[in-house]
Amino acid sequence: MLDWLPENVSTYGEDIDGLFAIIYYFTTGILLLVLLALVTFLVLYRQRPGHKASYIKGNARLEWIWTGVTLALLVVMVILSRPLWATIKERPRPDSSPITAQVRGNQFNWVILYAGPDNQIGTADDLQVENELHVLVHTDIWLSLVSEDVIHSFFVPQLRLKQDAVPGREIPVWFQATSAGDYEIACAELCGFGHTTMRGWLHVLPPDAYEAWQRQHWPHNTNEDTP
Amino acid sequence: MSAPISTPASPAPSTAPDGFIRTYLFSLDHKMIGKQFLWFGLIMLFLGGALALLIRWQLAYPETQLPGMGMVPESVWDEGSSWLARTLPYGVIGPELYNALVTMHATIMVFFVVAPILVGCFGNYLIPLMIGTDDMAFPVLNMLSFWITVGAGVILLSSFFVAGGAAASGWTAYTPLSVKEIYTGVGAGQDLWCFSLIVLGIGSMLGAINYITTIVNMRTEGMTYFRMPLTIWSLFIVAILLLLAMPVLTAALALLLFDRTLGTSFFLTEGGGEPILWQHLFWFFGHPEVYILILPAMGIVSDILSVFSRKPIFGYHAMVYAMLAIAFLGWIVWGHHMFQSGMSPLLGTTFMISTMVIAVPSAIKTFNWLGTLYRGSIQFTTPMLHSLAFVSMFMIGGLSGIYMTSTPVDMYIHDTFFIVAHIHYVVFGGSIFGIFAAIHYWFPKMFGRMMNEPLGKIHFVLTFLSFNATFFPMHILGVGGHMRRLYNPMQYEFLQPLQPMNEFITTSALIMGATQFLLITNVVWSFWKGPLADKNPWQANTLEWTTHSPPGHGNFSTAPVVYRGPYEYSMPQWETDFLPQDQPPEKGGSPGP
Repeated sequence: MLDWLPENVSTYGEDIDGLFAIIYYFTTGILLLVLLALVTFLVLYRQRPGHKASYIKGNARLEWIWTGVTLALLVVMVILSRPLWATIKERPRPDSSPITAQVRGNQFNWVILYAGPDNQIGTADDLQVENELHVLVHTDIWLSLVSEDVIHSFFVPQLRLKQDAVPGREIPVWFQATSAGDYEIACAELCGFGHTTMRGWLHVLPPDAYEAWQRQHWPHNTNEDTP
Repeated sequence: MSAPISTPASPAPSTAPDGFIRTYLFSLDHKMIGKQFLWFGLIMLFLGGALALLIRWQLAYPETQLPGMGMVPESVWDEGSSWLARTLPYGVIGPELYNALVTMHATIMVFFVVAPILVGCFGNYLIPLMIGTDDMAFPVLNMLSFWITVGAGVILLSSFFVAGGAAASGWTAYTPLSVKEIYTGVGAGQDLWCFSLIVLGIGSMLGAINYITTIVNMRTEGMTYFRMPLTIWSLFIVAILLLLAMPVLTAALALLLFDRTLGTSFFLTEGGGEPILWQHLFWFFGHPEVYILILPAMGIVSDILSVFSRKPIFGYHAMVYAMLAIAFLGWIVWGHHMFQSGMSPLLGTTFMISTMVIAVPSAIKTFNWLGTLYRGSIQFTTPMLHSLAFVSMFMIGGLSGIYMTSTPVDMYIHDTFFIVAHIHYVVFGGSIFGIFAAIHYWFPKMFGRMMNEPLGKIHFVLTFLSFNATFFPMHILGVGGHMRRLYNPMQYEFLQPLQPMNEFITTSALIMGATQFLLITNVVWSFWKGPLADKNPWQANTLEWTTHSPPGHGNFSTAPVVYRGPYEYSMPQWETDFLPQDQPPEKGGSPGP
């Protein structure tokens, strides 16, 4: 089952996969144990001549044991999940990490608005493109997710990242890619008849390639040149 | 105990035949109404299943002509004005239709199949019989409840034939997608969807009031709450959940309709509204609804496991308390559907904790079912096989829920086929196997004839295998990142390697669909030709087995008196391995509590 996970290329993706594996082994273990007990009981206690059912109405101690053990295991799940969740979704953006781009969902495109050289969105040096997101590898990338119309969901399987884009809200998301490459951006929330075509590309670039892309595409910061 | 408001088991008012309309259409007899709900639910089950197969065809063979469509003359397509040509141009499912199929499949299955059969049919049929009374407290409300449900179903199905087609914003109808026609291309279809569910809600409320009143007031002498079978306990709890949950949905639907038709902005940001409010309202209803769909099956399966293990249910009180705990905790877990919605992540943690806690009572029930089998004398009848399938499949559905409860893991599998696999292991693996168990178990009582056991077993084995072949691989699709509600997975490069699995799933689903004709054959054949059933073919203890098969009008010739709980099987000091609830105790000693 774990082999079916796509390649992971984000820093926290590894921890998510680790947690996934823990839950996988835990639930599979429980499932196999209970199924084994079930099948054993079905074979041992099948109706046959000379065999009578025992008159057993319950066992209060057993009830407490399996309630307690189940609760304890689930508390462990919470304890394992909580810090990772806080890292991914509750981390405040440090001032040293400006927002790279605003990602705006509309029917049916991901509109990428780069902050440009001044690191400010909504200024003259912004660059807007559709469905192509270029970012630097090994760097914390901060995006601001918005939507123009309906709810979309920004999903990059290889980053293990998913976050809804909701009209009326700016939702910050962050990731750090660990490997350069091209990865598909999907929309994971049904957003209308063109939902299936709402696909983009995340291009994770090493520094030299990223700078080359910037030189080629970003508007030159004309404000600095003119008095 | 206070005196019952309504006298139970008064003699049947009249023996004169009532005529076709009063007997079969607008009957006030809870048994006929229960059967009406059964037929209605089964018809809708086949409709909903057919829609699912269309979805599967598109996923396995995207944008290819449906099988059989080659027989339609080309002129029909070229002319393009007929309903078929507009809905399904050239026999190919388009993205608009696909979204409508996804929406309507789920809406039909959740609201018009599982609830009408488990709650409508078996609730109506079993509550008076199992608590020993002659009918429901409010027979007219009962009749209205059924016909209102039918009306809601007709409204829903009619939406396939209006301009723009049926609702296509998912059964969850997330706003703002569901609000504006420009977003989906669906106009009247979405309005009809809202109307249909509002109307359905009225029917469910009438039923819920009726069930609660009947169970509280009309239990026969000696039938204390803790002598009620778990089936009745589960239906009692579900009725309370329905009474509290349906108004929330109705209110949300009314707001949605206002936004759609009156220009309000409850869910539209441009007017100052909040799209996520809809999700809170919908899931505040929606999560209890999931338990409405599964609790009656839990109750029914508990009873069947006990009967065919010839053993008392293990931990009867724990079972009741676990159901009460589920019913209570079910109200504080709705946010686990919304971890990635933009809701505060801190709130997400709260919902993760409450959701982990609600797994505990489900685990308690599973262990108690195992305890019931332990040292039993197990009879592998068809209803028992379906009940055993329920236990094992519900367990898979419950355990897969732990993945999405863990908020970081949910971030990856949310809105993927992993969720689709999970819900189908709960609602098909759980509720539908529960329904199959109940149909085979109570058929002799309802129709006075036994069903065919070999045919039942073949149907069971094929359904069990094809069910797992259909839904288990969906976990793998989800792990591979396959989004749900996706019209054409081939458009994503990372999903293309998963396509053989989509084809395998579709083949399995087609086999599963075809297998259900065995069930129809068995039901229809047994209805006319099955061997006559005696009063108590399964040698069970509960009160419905003490009267005729099928019971006459008024159910019992004299009001039964209950002396003990429903699970006195294989008592050591008793000569037979069962002891009906109404059997008077021997002089000098009273077996059972």
